[in-house]
Amino acid sequence: MELIFSQLLDGLSIGSVLLLAATGLAIVFGLMGVINLAHGELMMIGAYVTYVTQNLFRPMGEGIFELYFLFALVFAFFITGIVGVILERTLIRQLYGRPLETLLATWGVSLVLIQFIRSVSTSMTIGIVVAVVLGFLAQRFAPKKLKQASFYPYLSGLAWLVSAVIGFLAITALSGSKFLSKPWFGPRNIDVTAPKWLQGSWGSIAGIELPGIRIFIILLSALLLAFVAWFLTKSVWGLRIRSVTQNRQMSNCLGIPTDNVDSITFGIGSGLAGVAGAAITLLGSVGPNLGAAYIVSCFMVIVLGGVGNLVGTVIASMMLGIIQSIIGSGAILIAFPEIPNPSRAVIEFFATTSMSYVLIFIFIIGFLQFKPTGMFPQKGRSVES
Amino acid sequence: MVQATAPASTKTILRASGLNVYYGESHILRNVDLQIPEGEMICLIGRNGVGKTTFLKTIIGLLEQRSGNIEYDGKQLTSQAPYKRARAGIGYVSQGRDIIPRITVRENLQIGMESLPGGMGKNRHIDPLVFELFPILEQFLNRRGGDLSGGQQQQLAIARALLGKPKLLLLDEPTEGIQPSIILDIERAVKRIIQETGISVLLVEQHLHFVKQSSFYYAMQRGGIVSSGPTSQLSDDIIEEFLTV
Repeated sequence: MELIFSQLLDGLSIGSVLLLAATGLAIVFGLMGVINLAHGELMMIGAYVTYVTQNLFRPMGEGIFELYFLFALVFAFFITGIVGVILERTLIRQLYGRPLETLLATWGVSLVLIQFIRSVSTSMTIGIVVAVVLGFLAQRFAPKKLKQASFYPYLSGLAWLVSAVIGFLAITALSGSKFLSKPWFGPRNIDVTAPKWLQGSWGSIAGIELPGIRIFIILLSALLLAFVAWFLTKSVWGLRIRSVTQNRQMSNCLGIPTDNVDSITFGIGSGLAGVAGAAITLLGSVGPNLGAAYIVSCFMVIVLGGVGNLVGTVIASMMLGIIQSIIGSGAILIAFPEIPNPSRAVIEFFATTSMSYVLIFIFIIGFLQFKPTGMFPQKGRSVES
Repeated sequence: MVQATAPASTKTILRASGLNVYYGESHILRNVDLQIPEGEMICLIGRNGVGKTTFLKTIIGLLEQRSGNIEYDGKQLTSQAPYKRARAGIGYVSQGRDIIPRITVRENLQIGMESLPGGMGKNRHIDPLVFELFPILEQFLNRRGGDLSGGQQQQLAIARALLGKPKLLLLDEPTEGIQPSIILDIERAVKRIIQETGISVLLVEQHLHFVKQSSFYYAMQRGGIVSSGPTSQLSDDIIEEFLTV
């Protein structure tokens, strides 16, 4: 029984991570109809931000190091949020209203981000900075007459291309130095040590230990979710976001700066992914491929719970987390060894991570036959029209 | 065909000249010239599909002209986003009413104040005048906008536009598909607002009684202005030609 309970806590904490990430994904999808396939990689960035924060705090002595994770959460939110805003301003905005192209483009971004984390080094960073700065300078100092010319778009494209080549040459030139070209992270998994106050148990209920990490993650996501709910329903920016989500053109005509709303929404959605990524580092080691494992679960949560429905998202993500951890780990068999053989074989069959996914998919397909719009579909006059 | 003339008033709030607007490759508005004098209601009439709504959408900035100028309040409007035009004082009540469906009536009204200086963050108090004009809105403040009936949504749309204190109000067929008693309410409200605040109104309308409240008319056919003049001179011939009565 204790085993089942601890697996249940496991499931709830995985579900909480899913909840954070899926909420971010759903906010972005609801606003722009953009399916952001790079969402998982934004989680991965959050995880790596946590890793870097840990390494920065380690030399500062025992006392301060204990607090690093709290800072890491804040950094993860903002840095991932900024990455999201840049992604929106440079790429997704250009593809607005073209969902298929956006799907492909964000998938491309996810590949780029994965490879970037694998091979990023000091020389690469310098090269990228050089290219971006050169590109912007070329735009900034182009003569006005040239900017009005009909061929200017081609010229500016060429300028970017040239700056990219120069940046690339800079990387090649610098890569002679072993120190500069050493990858920061490399393709291998990284490990984050939880601070002492998170390790071990936070007391016990009825003889069952409450592991600090699990409880912390559950509390963290509950708190953040409450904040997001407050922000969306009570704040002025939340009202702007909801308005643009429901009727973009009219919101624009009423004076709502839709481009800023897009950026802020994308930033918040990405920031949530970043925090989810930071939380994942507590659950085990993480690598550049982290995103792929979670993005599918995020979509399943959204399909199951219904877009834009908080209660549905909570139930769906907890359900997914629990199914994964209780059935996937085979905990049932260990907890109830006296299960007779035929059912035992069935449970054993599903008691791996991938087979528990199969079970979840079967469940979702079955579920959608009866409730095609998710657990809690939108109701009212606005839906029917 | 009547000779096209312009309204006599000296000060104009909006002057469109030589507007050409396309949807993709199809030419919708052809060399439209139109002037709206300050503090008056002008109406634009014409049968369905001649380009009246396209004209309003071009003024608010949802569509961009391929050639021609729009001068508003002494300044040129060129490829400014709709929200900037709204903040400059152009209020827009669209044909489909476009109430934000899944937020409350109160929140819809708050969004109306977004175009005031400081946005809705600094303007939280809903002017009681809109409840005086449309009492039904006060009753339904906490209902979702999308759950209101068509007539109520129309009143909400006009109230929302008025809360932005526009200098120029664009009304696109405010009486379409609405019961007669509410049409009269809307007419009264619009007239009262013009008298009290001195805003200018461009009305696109099919309903004859409402059309006759305006001081000047423009008639549109196949994307161009073909007739204009004081509404008092609106003859039965013109009415028959341009309004679907």
